[in-house]
Amino acid sequence: MVKLAAIAWALLLPALSLAEEAEAPKAGADWQSWRAHNVVATTDSLQRGARNFMNYCVNCHSLKYLRYSRLATDLKIPPDVLSANLLPPGAKPADYIVTTLRPEDGVAWFGKQPPDLSLIARSRGPDYLYRFLKTFYVDTSRPTRTNNLQLPNAAMPAVLSELEGVKEATFRAAPAAGSEGAGEKQLDHFTITTPGQLTAEQYDGFVRDTVNFLDYAGEPAQVSRRSMGVWVVLFLLAFTWMSLLLKQEYWKDVH
Amino acid sequence: MAAPASASKPGLWGWINKRLPVEQFTRSQLLEYYAPKNFNFWYFFGSLALLVLVMQLATGIFLTMFYKPGEATAFDSVEFIMREVNYGWLLRYLHTTGASAFFVVVYLHMYRALMYGSYKTPRELLWLFGMLIYLVLMAEAFLGYVLPWGNMSFWAATVIINLFSTIPVIGPAVVEWIRGDYGIADSTLNRFFALHVVAVPLILLLLVALHLVALRQVGSNNPDGVEIKERKGADGKPLDGIPFHPYYTVKDIVGVGVFLTLFSVVVFFVPTLGKLFMEEANFEPANPLSTPDPITPSWYFTPYYAMLRAVPNQRLGALLLLLGVLAYFFLPWLDRSPVKSVRYRGWIFKSFLTVFTISFLALMYLGLQEVSIGRTIAARIFSVGYFSFFILMPWYSRWDPVKPVPQRVKYHG
Repeated sequence: MVKLAAIAWALLLPALSLAEEAEAPKAGADWQSWRAHNVVATTDSLQRGARNFMNYCVNCHSLKYLRYSRLATDLKIPPDVLSANLLPPGAKPADYIVTTLRPEDGVAWFGKQPPDLSLIARSRGPDYLYRFLKTFYVDTSRPTRTNNLQLPNAAMPAVLSELEGVKEATFRAAPAAGSEGAGEKQLDHFTITTPGQLTAEQYDGFVRDTVNFLDYAGEPAQVSRRSMGVWVVLFLLAFTWMSLLLKQEYWKDVH
Repeated sequence: MAAPASASKPGLWGWINKRLPVEQFTRSQLLEYYAPKNFNFWYFFGSLALLVLVMQLATGIFLTMFYKPGEATAFDSVEFIMREVNYGWLLRYLHTTGASAFFVVVYLHMYRALMYGSYKTPRELLWLFGMLIYLVLMAEAFLGYVLPWGNMSFWAATVIINLFSTIPVIGPAVVEWIRGDYGIADSTLNRFFALHVVAVPLILLLLVALHLVALRQVGSNNPDGVEIKERKGADGKPLDGIPFHPYYTVKDIVGVGVFLTLFSVVVFFVPTLGKLFMEEANFEPANPLSTPDPITPSWYFTPYYAMLRAVPNQRLGALLLLLGVLAYFFLPWLDRSPVKSVRYRGWIFKSFLTVFTISFLALMYLGLQEVSIGRTIAARIFSVGYFSFFILMPWYSRWDPVKPVPQRVKYHG
C-alpha cells in the first residue's frame, strides 16, 4: 500500500509541479494541507536526508538516541564513506549523534536550547516537519528577522534560506474582529525575493529527504517491522485457516 | 471418580498421578466439563482475555529487564528498548497493543454478559469477580501508562491522581500520599513501577483464578439463557452440553487465530493506531512546564472521562465517574426480569440496551474530543442515557413483555 502510494506520488510529481507553476502567484495559500508523503523504505532518499542533516541540522540539533553505526547499517552506508563524510572529527562509529553546540550558547543565541530531534517525527509527525521547513518567511519584527507559519514565532532562524532563497509572505486582509478566524493571519502567497542555490523543486526534494530521514530516526526499526509483519500475518492467516478446518472436522459430531 | 484408576496405572504416569491428580484434573475440568453447544461469536472473548493476560505478563517480564524506573532514566530506557535491544520494539509494541487489546476483549466480554443476562442468578459472584478484574485492570493500565514517562504519562498521572483530591476532608492528604511528593515525581514513578509489575498483577491473577473457579461451579450461560444442567440425559450428562475439550479448545483456537491476525496487523503496521493506542505527546519526555493540548486519557477510559467533564462541579463529576464504573456491580440485583437472554426479552429491554450501547460509544468518542459547548451538552444527554439503563432497570425489566424461553438451546449444526 505504502509502495503503491509512493509510485502514484512519483508519477504525480511532474503533474503537480506543473500545476504549481501555473498557479505560481498563489503558491503557498494551501500550505496547511501540504503532506510530506515520505517513504521510509527508500534508502537513497534516507541517505540524502542523512547528508542534509549532517550538513545543516547537527550544528545545533542532536539525534541523541541514534548511533552513527546504526545509521550506516540501516542506510547501507559503507564504513569508509561514513568516516570520510559523516563522522565528525574524533567521533567513533558507535557514538551517538550529538551536536557540539553547548546548551548555554543555544540559550544565549536563540533563547532556548535547540531540541533533540530523535523523536520529533513521532511527536509532531512528518507533515508538520515538512510544513515547518517550507513556511519560513521574512518578518523584520522578529529577533531572527524570520518567522514561520507552522510554528509561529519559532526560535529557529531560517537556516535553509541559502538553499531556498529569501521568501516573503503576503497575507490576506485579516478578518474583522468578532468574525470567524479573527486574529489569524491567512497567507495569500509566498514570493522568493532573492533566489537560493536550489530551484523550488530541488528544495522541495531536499525537505522531503530530510523529513524522511527524521521519520527514520524516530523509529529506526520501522522498515524491518513492516517487512517482518507481512510474514507474520501470512503465517497467522494460514494458521487460522487450518485451525478452522480442524474445528469443522471435530464439530461434525455435534448435532 | 477417575483418580484411583489412573493412580493405579504402572509406570511414570501412575507414579505422578498417585502424587498429583493430573489426570483427574484434566478429566473434570476439560474432558468431562460440559459446556453449552450453542456458543456464538461473543463467547470467544473469555479465552482471548486469558491469552492477552499471559501475553502481557510475558512481554512485561522482558520489558522489565531493560526498563529503568526513575525520572532521569525511564524515558531513555524506553528508547533504548526501541532501538538497541534485539526485538525490543516488538516487545514494547506487543505490550502497548496488548493493553488496548485487553480492553477491547474485556468490553466485548462484558457486553456479551449484558446481552445474554450472564450476571443473573446463579452467576452473581462470577459477575462480581469479573467486574473486580475490570476495575483492577483499569488501575493496571493507568499505572503502566505512566511508566514511559512521556509528557502524556506525566499529565495523565497529574489529572487522574488529582481526582482523589475531590474526596471530602482527606482528599489533599490522599493525593500527597499516593504521589509520595508534592508533585508527580521520581517517587511516584518508582512506586507506580512496583505496583504495575508486582502488586496489581498478583491481585489480577488471584481474581482471574476466582473468576474461573466460580465459572466452573455454575457453568457457562449461553445465548439462549437456558440452564443446560436442568436437562440431563440418562448418562447424567447435559443434553445440550458438549465436552469443553476437544470441542471448545479447537473452536477457541480459531478465535485465537483471527484475533492474533488482527492484533499483528496493528503491532507491525500501525502500532500507534492513529493516536488511539500511543499518543504523539508521549514521544516527548515528561515536562512539568508544558501541558499537552489537549490532555486526553487512553480510549478505554474516555466514556467515564466524558462523564467527568460533563459535570460543571469537579467533585460531583468525579462522583459520577465513580458511579459510572461501579454501576455494573449492581446489575444482578437491578435486573428483575424472569428471562436472561435478550433473545427472549421484550422491546422495552431491547430499547434500553440500545440506548446504553449508543451512549457508551458516544461518550467514548466525546471523551477523545476537545471540549465545546455542543459536545458538553451531548455528553450530558448520553450520560443520562447511560445511567438510565441501570437506574430504571428494576422497573423496565419487570414491565418488559418477555417471550417464553425454550427448554432446550437452539443449535443449527
